[in-house]
Amino acid sequence: VVIYKSTCKAADMEAMDIALDVDALLAENKSKHKSTEVKKDVELQFDLGNLLATDLNIIDTAAFRGEKEGYLKTLMRDNVQLLINQIWQLPTVKTEDVVLAELPKGTTVLPREKPIPKPKAPTKWEQFAKTKGIKKMKKSRMVFDETTQTYKPRYGYKRVGDLKDEWIVEVPKNGDPYQDYFKKKEEQKSDLVSKNEYQRLRNIAKERKTKSLRVPPPPSGTKDLNKHQLTQALGLAKAATASVGKFTPSLPSEPVPKRSGKKRKAESMIADVGEEKARNLGILKKMNKKKEVLDITKAVNTHMADEQKSVHFSRVDSDGKVVGSKKRKAGGGKKTGGKK
Amino acid sequence: MEERIVKPKNQRVKRFLDNRAPKLIENTKKAIFIRGGNTSDVISQALVDFYLLKKPDAVLFRKKNILRPFEDEASIEFFSDRNDTSLFMFGSHNKKRPHNLVIGRLFDHHVLDMVELGINSFKAIHDFTTSKCVLGSKPCFVFSGDAFETEQDYIRLKNLFIDFFRGPDVTKIRLAGLDHVMSISAVDGKIYLRTYQIQLKKSGSRTPRVELEEMGPSLDLVMRRTKLASPEFYKQACRQPKATKPKTVKNVSYNTFGAKLGRVHMKRQNLSKLGTFKAKGLKRTHNEKENSRTVKKSKVEVE
Repeated sequence: VVIYKSTCKAADMEAMDIALDVDALLAENKSKHKSTEVKKDVELQFDLGNLLATDLNIIDTAAFRGEKEGYLKTLMRDNVQLLINQIWQLPTVKTEDVVLAELPKGTTVLPREKPIPKPKAPTKWEQFAKTKGIKKMKKSRMVFDETTQTYKPRYGYKRVGDLKDEWIVEVPKNGDPYQDYFKKKEEQKSDLVSKNEYQRLRNIAKERKTKSLRVPPPPSGTKDLNKHQLTQALGLAKAATASVGKFTPSLPSEPVPKRSGKKRKAESMIADVGEEKARNLGILKKMNKKKEVLDITKAVNTHMADEQKSVHFSRVDSDGKVVGSKKRKAGGGKKTGGKK
Repeated sequence: MEERIVKPKNQRVKRFLDNRAPKLIENTKKAIFIRGGNTSDVISQALVDFYLLKKPDAVLFRKKNILRPFEDEASIEFFSDRNDTSLFMFGSHNKKRPHNLVIGRLFDHHVLDMVELGINSFKAIHDFTTSKCVLGSKPCFVFSGDAFETEQDYIRLKNLFIDFFRGPDVTKIRLAGLDHVMSISAVDGKIYLRTYQIQLKKSGSRTPRVELEEMGPSLDLVMRRTKLASPEFYKQACRQPKATKPKTVKNVSYNTFGAKLGRVHMKRQNLSKLGTFKAKGLKRTHNEKENSRTVKKSKVEVE
């Protein structure tokens, strides 16, 4: 209510009356509506982020037993009034005729539903790209196809380089005219797919630190593996039994593997007491010794050897000749050359 | 995100699996309501009422499942895994434990906490004739009684209740949308759960006058058995990711006027050897340099 001060005296007297009236009006207004004030012995604790109010006042058990529902209702009304008072003090935002209160972050520590996600470890390619500074180029979905003079998707249904659209393949100069070149293209494609799958699984195995498939799949369209691939595959197949290849019959001219599978011999029930005692003491001695268990040089050498072995892709021609073997050497700077 | 060995065949499946995978900011917790081998009317109605309060983040199992949560947790963990829920409520009735309600939560699909409550008296939502709250609105919570600060079981129960009925975590809330309050009071060793509808009436000031009208389920509970998580497991579950924590900017402060002040750390400087910018006007010209050189030469000659 704004009181205008006029210049003449009579108006001043009127102004005074108006001022008194305002006080009366306010008092009348207050009595008409119920108050929003609540008095409590102990202040409530609020967590407005979760719309929570905790009342630590001791409940009057005598009054409670007298009239349960009524007592609870009045108690709750008081507490909710205090909570609403607190919420109404928060800053508000008005959007589209709706008034919103901005809640602060909740203070109650609530447990999560699932564990915190672990950051993905970079794959072999991602590490290489990072060191070389190779950045991902954004490729467009549609690619212009020269043969049909239209835009076709890069991948998926009715894609650009779909093999079934290929109706002509040139036989190369020295190529075999009786070979099915269409089938050959399909086989090459399936090779790439299986190679990609192998690499993906290897990345996963590396991330999870489990042993991955040691032998990469041989390129299809070739019936013969090279000597190295053959021995590796044979050894793995033989050892993939419960007795670790001990009872698997070997081929007539099969070379003896360096490490033969040995199953652990079960100890007898009645053991030599002295032997057992000696063994246990030996274990304790090992545990107590101060010397480092990890032999760093040995570990580094094993790691380097593993890296040399891991990526070895050799392409075998239809005749069985090895063409362009790719032997990738990882960590060139580190190597001293050869095992110690 | 851990790479999957078997890649999903289409985007729909991938999106579904990504939704269920662990995330930095998590989804709203869902709850399952399971009936035991033998259930009374009270228990069945209580489960239905809580399901209505917890909707839409809830699943109500219609069939009876013979489970013993306190003996075997495997079934509950299996249900949680299948339905992607982390809260559960199991109701059963037998002579030894009449009108039994087990409320619990899981972390990483392993049972974290379980509290068994017995219902002494119950009044369903449909027994109250007042208007109900809007489906899916966030409830206010009021906990009364000093037991919620002193006793370990009650502290955990309070945390469990908030976790269960809280709903989605929001930053802004419509003031008119605060329509119901769940009040839990601990008196005389019993727990009284009442749900009221909030009516905001005009008052002299900006903040409204609150009037309550009892609407929802009204339960008199007594705490029976509890199976709370070990402190280490609970601590692990409460761990928050660093990314969500606000990043503190160092060396920046604000004074009382709101002006931004910064702090610069300098290395040690030798002020005598400090190179300063020379004013261009004071720079010696070519002639001056020549003159000084000749003066020096003459000086040397004299010596």
